[in-house]
Amino acid sequence: MSSDTTHSPASGHEGHVDHNDVKVFGFWVYLMTDCVLFGTLFTIFAVMCHQYAGGPTGKELFNITNVGVETAILLVSSITYGFAMINAFAQRKSAVLTWLLVTALLGLSFLVLEVKEFAELIGDGAGPDRSAFLSSFFTLVGTHGLHVTFGLIWMTVLFFQIMGKQGLGERMIGKLTCLSLFWHFLDIVWICVFTFVYLGSVM
Amino acid sequence: MKRLWRFFPALPALMLSGCTVDLLQPRGPIADGNRNMMVLEWAVMMCVVVPVIIATVAFAWKYRASNKKAEYWPDWDNSHKIETCVWAIPIAIIFVLSCISFWSTHFYDPYKPLTQEQLAKEQAENNKPLRIQVVALDWKWLFIYPDLGIATVNELDVPTKTELSFVITSDAAMTSFFIPQLGSQIYAMAGMETQLHLLAREAGTYRGEASQYTGPGFSDQKFLAIAMPTEQFQSWVENVKNGGSRFASSEPLNDSTYVKVSAPQMKAPVTYFADAQSDLFEHIVAKYNNGHVKNPDTGKIMNMQAASDGSASNDTGM
Amino acid sequence: MLGKLTLSDIPFDVPILVGTFIGVAVIGIAVLAAITYFGKWGYLWREWLTTVDHKKLGVMYIVLAIVMLVRGLADAIMMRTQQALAFNGNPGYLPPHHYDQIYSAHGTIMIFFMAMAFMTGLFNFAIPLQIGARDVAFPFLNSVSFYMTLSGAILINLSLFIGEFANVGWLAYPPVSELAFNPGVGIDYYIWAVQISGIGTLLTGVNFFTTIVKLRAPGMKWMEMPVFTWTAFYSIIMILITFPVLTVALACLSLDRYLGMHFFTNDGGGSVMLYLNLIWAWGHPEVYILVLPGFGVFSEIAAVFSGKPLFGYKTMVYASGAICFLGCVVWVHHFFTMGAGADVNTFFGIATMLIAIPTGVKIFNWLFTMYKGRVRFEGPMNWIVGFMITFSIGGMTGVMLAMPAADWVLHNSLFLVAHFHNTIIGGVYFGYVAGLSYWFPKCFGYKLNEFFGKWAFRCWFVGYYVTFVPLYIAGLEGMTRRLNHYDNPNWYPLMLISCVGAFIIILGTLCIVAQLILAVVDAVKGKHDARDLTGDNWGDGRTLEWSIPSPVPHYNFARLPVVRGLDTFHIEKKLGRPAPVAPLEPIHMPKYTGVGAVMGLFTVLMGFALVWHIWWLAGLTFLGLILSVVYRSDDLDVDFYVPVSEIQANEDAFAKRIAAAQAAE
Repeated sequence: MSSDTTHSPASGHEGHVDHNDVKVFGFWVYLMTDCVLFGTLFTIFAVMCHQYAGGPTGKELFNITNVGVETAILLVSSITYGFAMINAFAQRKSAVLTWLLVTALLGLSFLVLEVKEFAELIGDGAGPDRSAFLSSFFTLVGTHGLHVTFGLIWMTVLFFQIMGKQGLGERMIGKLTCLSLFWHFLDIVWICVFTFVYLGSVM
Repeated sequence: MKRLWRFFPALPALMLSGCTVDLLQPRGPIADGNRNMMVLEWAVMMCVVVPVIIATVAFAWKYRASNKKAEYWPDWDNSHKIETCVWAIPIAIIFVLSCISFWSTHFYDPYKPLTQEQLAKEQAENNKPLRIQVVALDWKWLFIYPDLGIATVNELDVPTKTELSFVITSDAAMTSFFIPQLGSQIYAMAGMETQLHLLAREAGTYRGEASQYTGPGFSDQKFLAIAMPTEQFQSWVENVKNGGSRFASSEPLNDSTYVKVSAPQMKAPVTYFADAQSDLFEHIVAKYNNGHVKNPDTGKIMNMQAASDGSASNDTGM
Repeated sequence: MLGKLTLSDIPFDVPILVGTFIGVAVIGIAVLAAITYFGKWGYLWREWLTTVDHKKLGVMYIVLAIVMLVRGLADAIMMRTQQALAFNGNPGYLPPHHYDQIYSAHGTIMIFFMAMAFMTGLFNFAIPLQIGARDVAFPFLNSVSFYMTLSGAILINLSLFIGEFANVGWLAYPPVSELAFNPGVGIDYYIWAVQISGIGTLLTGVNFFTTIVKLRAPGMKWMEMPVFTWTAFYSIIMILITFPVLTVALACLSLDRYLGMHFFTNDGGGSVMLYLNLIWAWGHPEVYILVLPGFGVFSEIAAVFSGKPLFGYKTMVYASGAICFLGCVVWVHHFFTMGAGADVNTFFGIATMLIAIPTGVKIFNWLFTMYKGRVRFEGPMNWIVGFMITFSIGGMTGVMLAMPAADWVLHNSLFLVAHFHNTIIGGVYFGYVAGLSYWFPKCFGYKLNEFFGKWAFRCWFVGYYVTFVPLYIAGLEGMTRRLNHYDNPNWYPLMLISCVGAFIIILGTLCIVAQLILAVVDAVKGKHDARDLTGDNWGDGRTLEWSIPSPVPHYNFARLPVVRGLDTFHIEKKLGRPAPVAPLEPIHMPKYTGVGAVMGLFTVLMGFALVWHIWWLAGLTFLGLILSVVYRSDDLDVDFYVPVSEIQANEDAFAKRIAAAQAAE
């Protein structure tokens, strides 16, 4: 332990903090700001949800079955991610990779369904430029979709890093934990979207 | 800098000429209220600000390092007595001001018509309130007198000692309708109707302005508010209706001529309309609300033919 | 290929801009040439641009802030001159389109790139030292935050020469900021510059929140944190709560402009008032975000220069907390004139007034810190006296504006403009400049020049009053803000006086620049009497940062300090410092990395591409950003150990300097 550049195996993501706990705490703080961000978008939706400007209403537009499937997929993906985490703690590399793959595929199918829904709405002339209601709907749901997309990119990167030289070291466990928080957080946001945006508009 | 000096000889003359401090020289009961609240708050706050400033200078001077005679308590950092005082003083002052604020915010609420006492005090209790509909345009003001069937641009003529009941909207950028010497201002927003109640005590010409930035023509988005005795106002109305004024427009003001009237224009000249369509204002509001507007009398939502749709809202880019 | 960008977007026809461009280009080329001539590119890259050291990042933030201060003041001078000329038919020298951009840029730059950058710089430099940490929680993220802020600043300054800037005020109220009214790129520059720097600030918030919660030195309880750290902590909490709201407000505005949505448009069901609520739900807390650390600086300085502990430390902490909470629930007072009901107005009016209580308490506490003290009027202390006088007046006019019945006539007037400059110059700016001269010796080992320091203060103090008292009066005479020209003879003499004041302020700023230049000269000459040898430059330092050498070694603390209560260093000076028991150990530190700088470059290009609708470039740079993050995440060689020999050598040299200084006394 002198002037060499050996890094202790426990070194954190930023190379300075030796504990994943600081990193996870920091990620929590970030998630709280994301919470405020979604809270603001929900507020905007609440203000705008009757500004149809003569355009279609949520009741006329939303296909609750489709959204139900999306919800189910996302919820299951949270569980599968949980399996990945259990296996990560147990240092079972191939199981982690399998469960991550399953989670990513579920996430991807969620996105495909969402994009399909958006495309249909826009095709029917109910795009985000039709009315304030639709602007706030597309923005809120789209922001969630964007988060899922980034989650997927992140998951892909981690997938290859686990396969590569990083393996399931302490640093990787920290990363997986953060992504896990992120993924579950998106699940919670989606439940709010499902309840307030879709069910709220249809009922 | 040369241009600057050109005005220099005029300086003393400018300072001596009848300098009006609009907000301190109100010409109506609402503006009186605004002024009184302002001065009252200032006075109350001065009771604490002046001692604080004096104490700051005094302590800084007395306890300067070179003054070895002054006492020095190097470890003193707390005193319950002083702590209690420093919390109690601001709390007391703010409590007093909050009570005043509660009362004045309700009493001078721009949406609230003047009370009988206020009207009586201004000898205005026998005059029927005058309704005026205000439309903020790019970069001018349109005033519609729905009960008189006339309208004006960039000049607001009103009788004195009469309650003025404004309904305000915008057909362009958002701005704020403000006559400093008559009192409170209120925003003008497209698709919305805001309200304001004022009263001019004495005859005079008051400056009116848009106080919220609206674009390149903002600096000239001004109007004159001319208050005159009731009889004079009656004859002014007659004059406008007859089209006898030099400001008279040859056209009536209705949905179709409105398109031209509302087009963006800087330094728009004063114009009088002898014949203004009675529901034009509602049409202007309705076009932003998908044809819906609130009936001013019943408060119910009515469906309107949204007139001259999109004429002004989208073509104002400069 | 280049989106909307054409050669005609470069304003060759505006002589002021061409002149400015030539000036900036000459200075820029001179600086680049000097760096090349002295062969400093390698040094600059290795030691500064790639740094993850919080102290160096702090310095870079403050350099950015001072450059932006000069830019913002140039705007201010142009505005004051325009209003001093454009009377009675004289159009002045700035047409509305140009003038409107100038006041918008002035506000945007002063808040986001002067004040916020200055504040973040002070956070970066002082917080880890005050809490006895060796760095922030996420040093790499810290460098990314800096480059986000820098990118925003570059973008806003690019708008000067390529295209135009926003012409609708520093908060870009719709609908005038919507596409229908404003098809140009000005608003887009505004949106992306602010959005990018806002994300940088948010990341800074996450970083420092974690740092303060998790990395305090062993034994430092919450109620033993230095006051500056406390106020910074509150300010960070407000950043975390409100900056996401700004992000959303700007994102919605850009969606309106880019995808034709209807959040804030007049038509399609949009709501202007929604934007006002969102932007002020961020904007009002923002002023407390800025002023709380200013209060913190004053608290530190008042104690040190009075030779006494801060009076009522706990009260200060609670009062700051109260301001933090109340600051978040008063935003509606920016639009009492919107036509909300009397009850809503009353609630927000009274909530606003309540803020005067903790603020008043603070003023009293500083007063009693001086009481029975030995007040030394060296550099930083001047500002605090100026602050207490100026801020008291600002508080008074603030309370006047807080009463709806008065605000209905003062709203949007120059009275309001004078009020917020009163608090921002008096509270925020004075505080930050005081902080600069307070911590400068700690950072560089050299004191700032006292003579110019005094004159900087005098000019700013007098200049402030000469500039803004006329604006208070003009406000009472019914003059609204943002007027390009006017014909009211009452206002004219006031505008002339105000213009003179602005030039006095410029003199004060030149004095500050002179101070900084002289410090460099001192350092190059190795002038002895300006040096800080003991680390405790002011002699009465109380907090941990004064216990270590100046300039601070890159690892900050050779041994992590053990905290023994509030003002640990003061206690140690009185009772003696316990001899270290454990031997020195190698210190684990992060390695420098260029990834942050590369991300900054991508961000500037992406912002520029988005402004001009150059979609391929936007996509490419965005991909670059993602790949940078992935690259960083894949890099395992991110840290190293500082050898004991190096630490020991530094410690020995420091001990020798202290001994020499004591012998000299």
